[in-house]
Amino acid sequence: MSVLGIAKGMGVTLSHLFKKPVTVQYPEEKVDVQARFRGRHHLLRHPDTGLEKCIGCSLCAAACPAYAIYVEAAENDPDDPTSAGERYASIYEINMLRCIFCGFCEEACPTGAIVLGHEFELADFRYENFVYGKDDMLVGVKGSKWQRREAERAGRDVELGLAPSHRPELEGVDY
Amino acid sequence: MAVSDLFEKDFTELERDGILFSTLGKLVAWGRSNSIYPVTFGLACCALEMMQSTNARNDMARMGSEVFRASPRQADVMIVAGRLSKKMAPVMRRVYEQMPEPKWVISMGACASSGGMFNNYAIVQNVDSVVPVDVFVPGCPPRPEALVYAVMQLQKKVRGETFDENGVELPMVEGWTRS
Repeated sequence: MSVLGIAKGMGVTLSHLFKKPVTVQYPEEKVDVQARFRGRHHLLRHPDTGLEKCIGCSLCAAACPAYAIYVEAAENDPDDPTSAGERYASIYEINMLRCIFCGFCEEACPTGAIVLGHEFELADFRYENFVYGKDDMLVGVKGSKWQRREAERAGRDVELGLAPSHRPELEGVDY
Repeated sequence: MAVSDLFEKDFTELERDGILFSTLGKLVAWGRSNSIYPVTFGLACCALEMMQSTNARNDMARMGSEVFRASPRQADVMIVAGRLSKKMAPVMRRVYEQMPEPKWVISMGACASSGGMFNNYAIVQNVDSVVPVDVFVPGCPPRPEALVYAVMQLQKKVRGETFDENGVELPMVEGWTRS
């Protein structure tokens, strides 16, 4: 009986020899994230007019449990508006190290301007490089600050380790 | 430089120009970068993702940093995974000082890097005030892939392939820049 037991156990081990390896060869192979994964934030624009959705109301900053968001609002110029509302965010900063990626800002936003995307490769070397401004988060910007700096140095496009994924809230964001 | 310089120039001249040890230094850096063993220093929930990064799916062993060393004397990098309370800070400093040179620190997650949402009297607001941090990883907690990415960044830093925004090369070990 004991021999049979050993054979059974070894059979399980041997059968794994013929199975496909589960390892995701991450830098070469792209990572498949779930649609609702929360990564780096995106500030969206209205797709038809190109105006920013953010109206500078600071509700995201009020909802943020880590106090990671700083918003400074300014009046829109009626002739050449930046956003679709009366005001727009002249300064919009998120401290990515403070941020806990809970998505409360996204829930609090009345215009759906801030949406958490799928980018997760945010590691950097200096604390001061983690304050992301509007230039780092508006639609069309791809990759983290470090990834863009590195790509600029090497003279190539930013390459994300992210498989093509889609989330309906991420209007106009293309991974 | 011509090959004839090697024979004509003085030994000290060659060393001053960085010719004698530049290639050797690169080789050493390459060797160091491909065997960065972490010391076990999980403090909170980030530690679970740190364990995940070594499992079969993410397999940090591909980067040469698979074995979590229980003794700091055998480790190269300290992954501070989780919130560091002020009572724990002297302990962490002690573990860091027991590690042999060269040693690196990865600050994993929001709590270790900045205190995160725990902006209170009990938590150290940035472990950089206790140990010199080489790489910060945002996330709460970061994905295992994000930690693997951070280890890859650290490898680049060790090999001297990283530069700040002014184009200045970052030091190989952040601790060497502090006194």
